[in-house]
Amino acid sequence: MIDKIFESALAAVRDVKDGATVMVGGFGTAGQPSELVDALIEQGARDLTVVNNNAGNGELGLAALIRARRVRKIICSFPRQTNSHHFDALYRAGGIELELVPQGNLACRIEAGGSGLGAIYTPTGFGTRLAEGKETRRIDGRDYVLEFPIRADFALIKAEQGDRWGNLVYRKAARNFGPIMARAAACTVAQVTEVVPLGALDPEVIVTPGIFVHRVVAVGISRGPS
Amino acid sequence: MKPLTRNQLAARVAQDIPEGAYVNLGIGAPTLIANFLPKDREIFLHSENGILGMGPAPPAGQEDWDLINAGKQAVTLLTGGAYFHHGDSFAMMRGGHLDICVLGAFQVSAAGDLANWHTGQPDAIPAVGGAMDLAVGARQVFVMMDHQTKQGEAKIVERCNYPLTAARCVDRIYTDLAVLDVTGRGLVVREMIEGLTFDELQRRSAAPLARGAAPDRTR
Repeated sequence: MIDKIFESALAAVRDVKDGATVMVGGFGTAGQPSELVDALIEQGARDLTVVNNNAGNGELGLAALIRARRVRKIICSFPRQTNSHHFDALYRAGGIELELVPQGNLACRIEAGGSGLGAIYTPTGFGTRLAEGKETRRIDGRDYVLEFPIRADFALIKAEQGDRWGNLVYRKAARNFGPIMARAAACTVAQVTEVVPLGALDPEVIVTPGIFVHRVVAVGISRGPS
Repeated sequence: MKPLTRNQLAARVAQDIPEGAYVNLGIGAPTLIANFLPKDREIFLHSENGILGMGPAPPAGQEDWDLINAGKQAVTLLTGGAYFHHGDSFAMMRGGHLDICVLGAFQVSAAGDLANWHTGQPDAIPAVGGAMDLAVGARQVFVMMDHQTKQGEAKIVERCNYPLTAARCVDRIYTDLAVLDVTGRGLVVREMIEGLTFDELQRRSAAPLARGAAPDRTR
């Protein structure tokens, strides 16, 4: 019997190695898998490359991982926010590398990573400093920048419900990067509010089919923003 | 002469959003436009984090932090609204499905180049978010901004000296003094606030302006 349910968040991230690339779902705190990130802090892996839209908010989750100096590099679109002080301080001190990516390029590079594409031509960023040194091409009169896929060793995402085959549904705008990150990692770990029996999720509305999900952990209602 | 307030400017932009438009309002001042959309028009607000049919802020105490806008403020969903993931959200922009986006700006050039993500200060922490995707993707890009900086520098310029968000992307500029179209023959003034002369507007702009007819407001 296939059972992707893990007993604890810590067990589900136990084998994340030093130097791993880890995608972390969420847009700000919405959809951020805070319990999995807490488990990653407890687990101890360091020199991580983290892929997320932001660079931590407030004190919890990704912000705490950054504060603990476990992130060597972050790939994100919008690090600077009113409550991103842990990233800001570390960045100014030269303690963390930043790869700044326009948000849509971040999304399509992750999609390319999960879809087996070798690269993508995207119009976003053409003629800007974020495309400096990159290959470009004009196709049908429009200019594009060559961007490469992002894949990860682990994706940590948050969903609302999951079953033992790893099928997932999300809640409201907490979906954001979850479905595309789930496809782009060698091991996708989903924290869910609730594990439901196989068959409880309507097959017509399953957002992420279980083929993309390797581990599911029930954490109950996750805490809100800090 | 009385420059428009933020809210008056938002209300002016709102008049030009037609029935049925799919619209993204950028973070900051453009978000205010939602408060002034004519009630008799059905307009679909898109939020980059995966919402179509975004509604106003909920009453205090009823925030749901799984339902936020691009500025990470609590919002609501209108009846008929939908959620989707980031791949779909940015396909809506990049794929030309979004009719209009309204963005703030540091500078706009005579050719419609937009600078709105980085001041170019070496010690600034850069952050770009979805600005570049919106600027290249939306079918029409409107800019909403003050005509000049607080220090009195022109924000409408011959060439941007701040780092570009995208080249030749802006279609129309709404400022606290005027409405201008970016055209093949340069910047054309469509409207000015009462008491402002064309020469004075030109003096406050660092790119040549031309006089034009008022825009058709019910496109």
